[in-house]
Amino acid sequence: MLLLENVRKSYREPSGARLPILDIEHFALSPGEQVVLCGSSGGGKTTLLNCLAGLTTVDDGRILIGGHDITAMAEVARDRYRARSIGYVFQTFNLLPAFTALENVLLGMTFTGQKADPRRAAQWLENLGLGARLQHKPEALSVGEQQRVSVARALVNRPLLLLADEPTANVDTGHQQQIIDLLREACQHENIAMLLVTHSPEVASQFERVEQLEQVNRIKKCLSGK
Amino acid sequence: MQQRTLASLLTGLSMALGVALMILVIVIHDVTVDQLDTDAQGYHLIVGGKGGELQLVMSTVFHLGRPLMPIPYSYYKKFVDGPFAQYVEAAIPYCLGDSYQAAGQQFRVIGTTPGLFTKIAYGSRADGTPKHYTFQAGRNFQTDHFFEAVLGAVAARKTGLKVGDTFRPTHGISGRGDRHDQFTVVGILDPTGTANDRALFINIEGFYLLAGHALSAAPAAAQAPSTEGGPPAAATILAPTSRAAVRKTPLDAVSQALQHHPVPEEQREVTSILVLCKDAFGPMVLDQKINKGSDRIAQAIAPAAVVTRLKETIVGPVRMVLLILTVLIVIVAGLSILVSIYNSMSERSHDIAVMRALGASRTAVMSIILVESILLALLGGVTGVLLGHTILALAAPSIESHAGITLHFWQFSWQEVLLIPGLMAFAALVGFLPALTAYRTDVARSLGK
Ligand SMILES: Nc1ncnc2c1ncn2[C@@H]1O[C@H](COP(=O)(O)OP(=O)(O)OP(=O)(O)O)[C@@H](O)[C@H]1O
Ligand SMILES: [Mg+2]
Repeated sequence: MLLLENVRKSYREPSGARLPILDIEHFALSPGEQVVLCGSSGGGKTTLLNCLAGLTTVDDGRILIGGHDITAMAEVARDRYRARSIGYVFQTFNLLPAFTALENVLLGMTFTGQKADPRRAAQWLENLGLGARLQHKPEALSVGEQQRVSVARALVNRPLLLLADEPTANVDTGHQQQIIDLLREACQHENIAMLLVTHSPEVASQFERVEQLEQVNRIKKCLSGK
Repeated sequence: MQQRTLASLLTGLSMALGVALMILVIVIHDVTVDQLDTDAQGYHLIVGGKGGELQLVMSTVFHLGRPLMPIPYSYYKKFVDGPFAQYVEAAIPYCLGDSYQAAGQQFRVIGTTPGLFTKIAYGSRADGTPKHYTFQAGRNFQTDHFFEAVLGAVAARKTGLKVGDTFRPTHGISGRGDRHDQFTVVGILDPTGTANDRALFINIEGFYLLAGHALSAAPAAAQAPSTEGGPPAAATILAPTSRAAVRKTPLDAVSQALQHHPVPEEQREVTSILVLCKDAFGPMVLDQKINKGSDRIAQAIAPAAVVTRLKETIVGPVRMVLLILTVLIVIVAGLSILVSIYNSMSERSHDIAVMRALGASRTAVMSIILVESILLALLGGVTGVLLGHTILALAAPSIESHAGITLHFWQFSWQEVLLIPGLMAFAALVGFLPALTAYRTDVARSLGK
């Protein structure tokens, strides 16, 4: 389902020198598989997710999602592919403050090239226990509710792959478990593969497969090395 | 967020004001030119006393400003049965200098002959056929009914006078003079769209009988021969009147007014004459004979030429300057749209990055910014058009009484149709810079913020 081959990513320093972040020879996920990615801060986890989402271009290598090589796609096609096939949940939720919960979820459907379906968006919010919160703006929602809205937005298109970048870093431990359960359940139900980044050992311990970025990544680097 | 809405509204408002000013300039200019073009039609020449030709046209055609010095009645007779008659189809005398005050506005009273409404057209249709005066009520006045009057459509509506009503003109056009004898309204004209809509026309015979309008018998007779030789002696500003007021024998006037005998011709003067020639050569011949002839009493001018010159030398350049100013205002408003959107780009880059992460393409987020800019300009533009026309409607009464130009709320100009698309194109141009910023947003970096 997801396959990385010889992916290299580096950032250009202000000085002009290249700062290598990722060099992954092989990394794969099967359909519906749920994997946790751990690693030291600054190790390149967010960078990897951005590469998988096609938000950042890689220097080299191939990224196949559902059999399509997104590194070979034109940008417009990659945008479209991202809209349809990838759900992204962020540490800071990234809801648009001017829109209601329902509109934020609808926004997730807007760029797929298909008609946005308000009933399906509302259904997802209801499933996540936000049936009474459809018309609320993010600022009127609790942090846990906001995260559930962003989960609904990520899953409403039934993507192939869900990327979750520390989705529980801003939530207390009680809510943390709720959100993890929610994500796992929804992905299982819809057969969505999930790659979840977390620093929490409690969360990581619940997954069958836990990957350390340092193990996959040939560039060994930690905060002190910077 | 709310702050941004306020900023956007203010920007839209500045655009609206610029557009409103532009509308005012465009519409007032168009209406003025229209009025200038339509009013001086139906006759070839205006003959009047020596003086500024612009003043002659203004006072005779547009009923604005002060009339020139009068010319002797004998000069008018030259057009009726004298040497000029062979070229002339119709010659209509005008005696100016009286007014009528009603409803806070002042209307000019013109002494003339019934021929004005029968022998002369007030304009021509697109196919070239002449438009003749028609009456919405009553009839034309009759030469031998001295104290009859006909009103223009607007004058009738504003004064409230109806057929059968009577009114007393006031001496002088300042509106503070003595009150005259009564005239009876016998007819009301249909609207013509010319300045004549705002005038009251009285029988010239009645005009001469009014106190102060006829020269006294003796000095007039004495002056009569001299008029052939040189210009009239006294330099008066007002119609036949002020000069006559001094010389007139009171007894004469009283008896004339009472008995209603026509005033002898040597005691009469006219302010101007509208001349309709028989053919196209008439105006040229008369121009030669009157303006370059030996008797230098009067001048003959072609109103169309004066109006054209007026448009070219004054109205056009003034409009150009005003238009340039308003265009600058609109450009400044457009730049403020640019600044307002550009300033908000940094706080928006996050939203833009989120949309990109949800699958929006670069061109999609770019067009969102462009659409915002265009909507803002459109909002400002439409508000400006409405505002401009509202100002026009509010200012219409005072413009009408001061300049004699009738404006309506929905007085549209074809140039306005171009204004809105032009504005939108301009907004797209202005929005392009912030839109480009949106296009270039680094998604990964902006998401992290
Ligand atoms: N746009 C960028 N330009 C240059 N360097 C960058 C850029 N984005 C990230 N980096 C650098 O790349 C490295 C990896 O960053 P990344 O955000 O992927 O780490 P991470 O593993 O997600 O860390 P954390 O656990 O703290 O979120 C960091 O050293 C960071 O400074
Ligand atoms: Mg990170």
